[in-house]
Amino acid sequence: MSKLAFVQKNKIPPSPAPISEVGVIGWLKQNLFSSWFNTLLTLLSIYFLFIILKDFIPWAWGGHWDTKSLRECLDLNPDVACFSVLTARWKQLLFGLYPAEEYWRPTVTFILLIFSIIPILFPKFFRFFWFSIIYPGLAIWLLWGGSIWSVGIVYIGFFLGVLLFILLLRNITKNMVIAGISSILFVILFFIFFSNYLVKILDIIIPISLPPVESLKMGGFTLSLIVGITGIVASFPIGILLALGRQSNLPIIKMICVGFIEFIRGVPLITLLFVASVLLNYFLPPGTNFDIVLRVIIMVTLFSAAYMAEVIRGGLAGLPLGQHEASASLGLTYWQSQRLVIMPQALKISIPGIVNTFIGLFKDTTLVSIISLRDPVGLASTIRADQTWNGIYWELYVAIGLMFFVVCFGMSQYSQYLERKLKTDK
Amino acid sequence: MKASAPPKIESFKLSMLLSDTRYRGTSLQVITFIIFVAVFFWLVDNTLKNLALLGKDVSFNFLFLRAGYDINQRLIPYNSDSTHGRAAFVGILNTLLVALVGCFFATILGLFVGILRLSKNWLVAKLMSIYIEGFRNVPVLLWIVMIFALLTEFTPAPKAFKGADPQATMLLFDSIAVTNRGTYFPAPIFGEGSFWLLLSFILSVLIVIFIKKYANKQKNETGKNLPTFWISILIIILPTLGFYFLLGKPISLEYPYLKGFNFKDGIHLRNSFLALTLALALYTSAFIAEIVRAGILAISKGQTEAAASLGLRPNKIMNLIILPQALRIIVPPLISNYLNLTKNSSLAIAVGYMDVRGTLGGITLNQTGRELESMLLLMGFYLCVSLLISSVINYYNRSFQIVVR
Repeated sequence: MSKLAFVQKNKIPPSPAPISEVGVIGWLKQNLFSSWFNTLLTLLSIYFLFIILKDFIPWAWGGHWDTKSLRECLDLNPDVACFSVLTARWKQLLFGLYPAEEYWRPTVTFILLIFSIIPILFPKFFRFFWFSIIYPGLAIWLLWGGSIWSVGIVYIGFFLGVLLFILLLRNITKNMVIAGISSILFVILFFIFFSNYLVKILDIIIPISLPPVESLKMGGFTLSLIVGITGIVASFPIGILLALGRQSNLPIIKMICVGFIEFIRGVPLITLLFVASVLLNYFLPPGTNFDIVLRVIIMVTLFSAAYMAEVIRGGLAGLPLGQHEASASLGLTYWQSQRLVIMPQALKISIPGIVNTFIGLFKDTTLVSIISLRDPVGLASTIRADQTWNGIYWELYVAIGLMFFVVCFGMSQYSQYLERKLKTDK
Repeated sequence: MKASAPPKIESFKLSMLLSDTRYRGTSLQVITFIIFVAVFFWLVDNTLKNLALLGKDVSFNFLFLRAGYDINQRLIPYNSDSTHGRAAFVGILNTLLVALVGCFFATILGLFVGILRLSKNWLVAKLMSIYIEGFRNVPVLLWIVMIFALLTEFTPAPKAFKGADPQATMLLFDSIAVTNRGTYFPAPIFGEGSFWLLLSFILSVLIVIFIKKYANKQKNETGKNLPTFWISILIIILPTLGFYFLLGKPISLEYPYLKGFNFKDGIHLRNSFLALTLALALYTSAFIAEIVRAGILAISKGQTEAAASLGLRPNKIMNLIILPQALRIIVPPLISNYLNLTKNSSLAIAVGYMDVRGTLGGITLNQTGRELESMLLLMGFYLCVSLLISSVINYYNRSFQIVVR
């Protein structure tokens, strides 16, 4: 036998990857310097970052927080930020011209807001949903003040209406429609004839009231949140109804919905706000004059409802036709199939669009500054008009921008969380 | 076997109008229609009553009356003796100008950012997402006033350019002056013979297009690539340059220069226009970038892999396979973002740019007291623009969408 060639008997352990391929260096090589073009891009980006941060960091980091006026800041060091304007005016940025001794009211309102949306955002806490229903009335009362019964009477009226509906259905008639119509009639009659007296009586028996605050006093971030959140809450159901109307096979309803949606989407929000502030008095009976903030809220709501309708319509169009047919063949009625089969799927598809509409609405609340309500952007010029802070720009704009960024970015992150959670395929 | 009893035929009852599906749709529509008409007449009636109370009538005659106010930025001749109608038209043109320029820059920037966000380079991708999130999550009104403040407060006054050792200098070989009163660009002056120059330029462009078509046809028939790139460039540049010198330099640039306390000549872009256009372009570009990214990501990976297995190189894959399919997804939302930009341009009032809302819906409305008519016209204008744009989208969808069944 000739000599055997060398045969390796045991396995050679794998040698570690070259140092240039793993760890920090490997990561850098892969992600930043993989080709000459990438290297160029990286260097350009670093240069760009350097240029921006070189000025910004010392400016923001060394900023003054406790001077009395802009002049004082400039005397100390003109090259750094003068955040003292925020120290001095943060209350105004948050609350506008709301009376100082009542600041607790908006604060409490927004703390309670968190509690009222938790049951909606996280299904685990759904048993506290009753609070979310009470909350709107509570918020209105806290913010605008006055007697608690002028808000409470609305709840009492609707409560009595629902009670009557249930009683009628249990004891007298089996027909939903008749029971519904008669209880709606009852509620209308109640509000027209009895509510005023009832409020007066309740005021005498249990007088609970807060000093009233007029709408024009509201401003700052409070106003943005009031308009934004009311708009979001109200535009969602209206948007769903409009989307269903647009998809409906009843021609007249479809026509009205299409006309409404296309009209609202065709004009800028600012013209609608001008209609609210200038023209609305023409359309209402002579002598009526209702609250400017309420008018703005209505316009903003209608505006985003039209956009919402289009987003949801997109979701509806994304569903296969089979879903409608299958739910109909199970014997579900129109509303049952919408509620149980169609909407849960359509809304899931359109979550990104819906949240984008919410974000857009919240950003659009800044437009009220153009019809001279005092939202944060409007307040920036009010503050600048003061001699002490005349000429201050960036500190205010950065602060206002950050406030909006936090809220909007938070919303978009939540929507991504929701999308991941509801994802059932793949 | 017992025969099943025939279904009992119910006689018509009034309650069936609401409970029977055969009649419910119709009765619902009738009720809606009645309510709609009632509300409509109620509104019209209120309006008429209110107008009567104020002693006003509805008339559009004010459009033909003397306006009496000046507009500092205009594309057509206008002075304070012109009519309100002309003022409105100046405003419309200003709106369209901002919209066009804004859309142009927003598209370029958005494409750029959207593609870079997909880059494999970690730092670039992160920077681009910061850009997108930053611009999308802050109100556009804030961006407009911020950029306006940047342009007016942090740029030198014209007098800083003065003297032997000025504090500020003009950019690009003394041709562009950025001042706190606006930016001055050189203006082209069309002298005698510039018509022939333009004509020769247009002709050479036409020839290049023809050559490209011919090359494409050759490629489709024979598979051979004809070298067109350098030829096209030569064809465009050479005759134009030749004519330029032959005709004695008919087109020249008029540079802005400092006279007294201000710049003279050249094209003057006011800060209001610049701030508005820039802010709208930057803001919208963030949305466009997301659309572009989503469009490219929506094309399934199999397409890239299939193309690669056919032997195409990466840039060919992008140009021939991915982009044509992605465009179909990108274009409709892109156009609706153009519409958004146009509508957002109505925020011009925040920086004092006289767009149609500033003239027709602003000064004219206040001077004449014709709120109803002015707002109607204003809304009509915006509605027309939006209907036009959505019909473009519909046309695009009809002609480019894949037909599935």
